[in-house]
Amino acid sequence: MTAMIDIADAKKTFTMHLQGGIELPVVSGVTFHVNPGECVVLSGPSGAGKSSILKMIFGNYRCDSGRIGIRHRDTLIDLATAEPRQVLNVRRATIGYVSQFLRAVPRVATIDVVAEPLIVNGMARADAQARAGELLHRLNIPERLWQLPPATFSGGEQQRVNIARGFISDLPILLLDEPTASLDAANRAVVVALVAEKKRQGVAMVAIVHDDEIRHLIADRIVDVTSFAAAA
Amino acid sequence: MADALENDQPLLVADSLSKSFGRIAACRDVSFSLYSGEVLAIVGESGSGKSTLLQLLSGQLAASGGHVSYRMRDGVTRDLATLGEAERRFLFRTDWGFVHQDPAQGLRMAVSAGANVGERLMAVGWNHYGRIRDTASDWLTRVEIDTARIDDAPRTYSGGMRQRLQIARNLVTEPRLVFMDEPTGGLDVSVQARLLDLLRSLVAELNLAVIIVTHDLAVARLLSHRVMVMKGGRVIETGLTDQVLDDPREPYTQLLVSSILPA
Repeated sequence: MTAMIDIADAKKTFTMHLQGGIELPVVSGVTFHVNPGECVVLSGPSGAGKSSILKMIFGNYRCDSGRIGIRHRDTLIDLATAEPRQVLNVRRATIGYVSQFLRAVPRVATIDVVAEPLIVNGMARADAQARAGELLHRLNIPERLWQLPPATFSGGEQQRVNIARGFISDLPILLLDEPTASLDAANRAVVVALVAEKKRQGVAMVAIVHDDEIRHLIADRIVDVTSFAAAA
Repeated sequence: MADALENDQPLLVADSLSKSFGRIAACRDVSFSLYSGEVLAIVGESGSGKSTLLQLLSGQLAASGGHVSYRMRDGVTRDLATLGEAERRFLFRTDWGFVHQDPAQGLRMAVSAGANVGERLMAVGWNHYGRIRDTASDWLTRVEIDTARIDDAPRTYSGGMRQRLQIARNLVTEPRLVFMDEPTGGLDVSVQARLLDLLRSLVAELNLAVIIVTHDLAVARLLSHRVMVMKGGRVIETGLTDQVLDDPREPYTQLLVSSILPA
């Protein structure tokens, strides 16, 4: 089987110039792969570099060395060395990212926040909104809130809007950073079901989940990040 | 948008651009390519050379060294320095827009809003009064200005309305490239948010290429795909916007990013 994500010997260090140039090693020797239809959960204590690895896979953090191989439209692209335009194309067509927090744009209605990734990829607005509505329904966001911007919603509601936005596209790779952190049991179950559906569609996923029960339900494989601890 | 971002021909190419004023080098050796539908933010503090660079790129200032080339509507890429004055003006009236920080620089303050927008259309040969007025009225609606104000002069408008009118005036000829110099600079925060949101949706809808100069990193984050950080006339760091802002490498960029007050 051809891996969707193939990371080899990736390394990340922060150099803090404002603190006298101290070097903050984050991870090194990061090596693992993710196949289609598989959910890999990163484990390790806070500060071990789990979120940094996710951000490296998304091209949000730059790598010092190593390879972040991504299968994008049947070619292998190394995001560690890709041009900004290529990274944008990969994000639009291949990698989705569900962050912990919604970065809300003022004045944009919830339904449009969720539908936007589909519209950007060329779907008609009405169809995209219909799909957004279905997901918002499943995630128990009442219809009377759909036309409001999510900026004023509660933390849990914002996170569900964020999840809807992240899961709406049919992208072959999905990165999940604590998707269930501030959700109640009913909504956690919805997220678990959504992850299972993505697996059946062949989506490759990398997730960070602190909740042991959720991890047990969604993980096909666990990658222990402490083994990539960078030597200080 | 999908096709435009994957178009392999750049729209504008800057090649080793430099500009000196006497002994002062305002801009040194700047090179980059811009593609259709791409929004590039130039950030840096006052005096970093970002406004000089914008003037060089838009052909308003002659470079001391280097070239700017632009792919015209006919598909032919031309060196801006070789364009005649008439050709350059035509480009400015049709395929380019320029949004100034001070709307009074980009608008005619004493003539009506409708005429401000219609003028750009007449400059490209429109002559049917009814059609010009309808299109102007359309554009006022798109930038959220009440069409009942179409016959009022912009000097009777608020700052935010003036800026939105300036945007309508620029976009009415369907340019492919728009230069913006601190477009939200003089506005209240709430007015800024509305303008940014409007710009963001228009840029995506019209698949515009934009070069925007700003000292406000939040503006860069909301609008741009890529950023160039300037200091002392040089580009010191460049990359995908979220990469540069979330993982800044250069000492000066780290200082800029860490200087933002949390909201």
